[in-house]
Amino acid sequence: MAIQKEKTPMRSQSPEERIKNFDEVPFGYNKEEALREAERCLQCPKSPCVDGCPVQVPIPQFIKALRDGSVEEANEIIKSKNNLPAICGRVCPQESQCEKVCVMGNKKEPVAIGRLERYVADTMLEREKNISADTAEKNKGAADMALEVKKEKKRKVAVIGSGPAGLTAAADLAKEGFAVTIFEALHETGGVLRYGIPEFRLPKKILDQEVDYIKGLGVEIRVNHLVGKSVTIDELFADGYEAIFIGTGAGLPRFMNIPGENLNGVYSANEFLTRVNLMKAYKFPEYKTPVKVGEKVAVVGAGNVAMDAARTAKRLGSEEVVIVYRRSEKEMPARDEEIEHAKEEGIIFKLLNNPVRLYGKNGRVARMECVKMRLGEEDASGRRRPIPIEGSNWIMDVDTVIVAIGQTPNPLLPKNTPNLATESWGGIIVDEKMATSRKGVFAGGDIVTGAATVIEAMGAGKKAAQSIKEYLEKEK
Amino acid sequence: MFEILEKEVLAPGIKKITVKAPLIAQKTKPGNFIILRVNDEGERIPLTVADYERETGIITIIFQEVGYTTELLGSLEVGDYIKDIVGPLGHHLELEGYQRVVCLGGGSGTALLYPKVKGFYEAGAEVIAITGARTKELIILEEELAEVSNKLYITTDDGTYGHHGFVTDILKDVLETEEVDLVVAIGPVPMMKAVSEMTRPYEIKTIVSLNSLMVDGTGMCGGCRVTVGGETKFTCVDGPAFDGHQVDFDELMNRLTYYQEEEHQCRLAKEVNK
Repeated sequence: MAIQKEKTPMRSQSPEERIKNFDEVPFGYNKEEALREAERCLQCPKSPCVDGCPVQVPIPQFIKALRDGSVEEANEIIKSKNNLPAICGRVCPQESQCEKVCVMGNKKEPVAIGRLERYVADTMLEREKNISADTAEKNKGAADMALEVKKEKKRKVAVIGSGPAGLTAAADLAKEGFAVTIFEALHETGGVLRYGIPEFRLPKKILDQEVDYIKGLGVEIRVNHLVGKSVTIDELFADGYEAIFIGTGAGLPRFMNIPGENLNGVYSANEFLTRVNLMKAYKFPEYKTPVKVGEKVAVVGAGNVAMDAARTAKRLGSEEVVIVYRRSEKEMPARDEEIEHAKEEGIIFKLLNNPVRLYGKNGRVARMECVKMRLGEEDASGRRRPIPIEGSNWIMDVDTVIVAIGQTPNPLLPKNTPNLATESWGGIIVDEKMATSRKGVFAGGDIVTGAATVIEAMGAGKKAAQSIKEYLEKEK
Repeated sequence: MFEILEKEVLAPGIKKITVKAPLIAQKTKPGNFIILRVNDEGERIPLTVADYERETGIITIIFQEVGYTTELLGSLEVGDYIKDIVGPLGHHLELEGYQRVVCLGGGSGTALLYPKVKGFYEAGAEVIAITGARTKELIILEEELAEVSNKLYITTDDGTYGHHGFVTDILKDVLETEEVDLVVAIGPVPMMKAVSEMTRPYEIKTIVSLNSLMVDGTGMCGGCRVTVGGETKFTCVDGPAFDGHQVDFDELMNRLTYYQEEEHQCRLAKEVNK
């Protein structure tokens, strides 16, 4: 049988239908589709895909197990490296990681590794849900007691932030036998997975199930704990925590610093998405946090966050949603799938344009002045630098502007922690072991690198967990 | 979950509750605030910590029922629970180094003023407190303020108690007759603006505590941004106290109106469901 050239397509909600709801867009593979796609894997001995993955999931092995009919085994293989596969299968930029280097991709489309990972994870979550519903109540008391007994003897590690880096580090450390407590500033877990990524891309029940898995490993999660304010790093040490991992993310929104940016109707993407995702403003007034979008929305930026904001605005009923980006299509940082989905949903792209001023009417933004851009030489990031074309200014009518031009590390914890060295732009400085300038304090994810991807943060959390283990063994 | 231990109605629509929140009680200083969420469907709202006891871990919150969430909070009774409270948030006030401080509170701003009056008084400053309300029955914390200040003036808009007029009338007299090195104003935005305008010619340092709309309260969303001295600041992490001579009050007032329709919608729904 000839090898299928293209990826097995994934069924999804039609664009016309999905812009009216917040349900997940792609449905995921069924068993047949998953097996058909798994057959496409060449099982090449070199397996470049594994090195393409920031957490080194043994990809050919899990695909083989799937092909041989054992989803359980496939799941175990994935989970040996990746604690959050149902999330990664959905939000990883596979096209620039594992699938980018897939040998199959040289001549045909690469194997849909992300979709297969999602299939395995979802299948297992579904099964666990059914099992746990039956036995959970019965076992709960005993499990709690066992946990309590074990905890007394275990060495304590604190993890700050329950985003992808924190959850991963916590899970790995718990598996190594440490008593791990996660401190989360918000009232819910997940960090950017909850406040940033919309329901239609990562359903919150999937996130809840992944978090439950991590709790099941014995990890305790304390919400409403803002480390640096409610409790300090030094107090955690005094409380018996022997090592600390900081995974507080890139929570500080960047603004354009142009006139008119504080008019009503101008949101940071963080605010807009937090209102909708964390606070469930899309269910207002059942949920009491409001969000306001108008008829004509401009989203500035072209990363994943910008696509999320644009597609969310569309679902909230905006007539016209425009992405305004200062470079060209080639430089857009968003995942291919998000850009494709955004286009299907009728999002308009005005590329090579940069906002320079916002004008208001009765206190609310009404017009946005842009200047056209052209691309010059490559800059430090390897992308061609955008240059304004003089005299090309033009004005568009808007009633909502969402600024999605990036986030920087949240300075709250570093500022309130003496002797924790940071870069001038706010990132915490770490060595190759993810150790900070403070003994016993490690850091990873966006707080170190600046805004990056979920999987890179997970990779950092993993590496830090390993280093913490080595550190504690030495410190015995 | 945070259980309500005590509840007291201080004046019509102004309520005081105490809850056990040891971490917050341990760390709070005058000027800090908390964010709370009443229940799973609730919004996160910022409220000032009016008082705290380090030993018992109990904090006091005083709030005016001005919208859906504060009314919901006001409807809770002793033994009921608040789902989430996080804090202390924001910068606390620096209390040391002042000789004579004037503290002005308007309306329920008086509740927010109390910990600062107490703080300055305990730090050794001479404190002149001026508190005002629309009418006599809305005057709160009179005894408490009298205990922790050297002089207490009371004003009512309708003349039913104390001076007939505004807190700024009294401030004007004080500025004319006394050497003052700090003025602190907390209350409705127009009041804080008026105070700041009044002290400007005297070049007296004036601190105002802003009540911007917030979501997370940790610097993450930027919804509470405000222009201070031509620069954008976040009230939650850079404030909530700022130099009153530098704050763009008109912008703040405009930003506070953005969700008025939605607020109305929430309250209307509540009326209908009664």
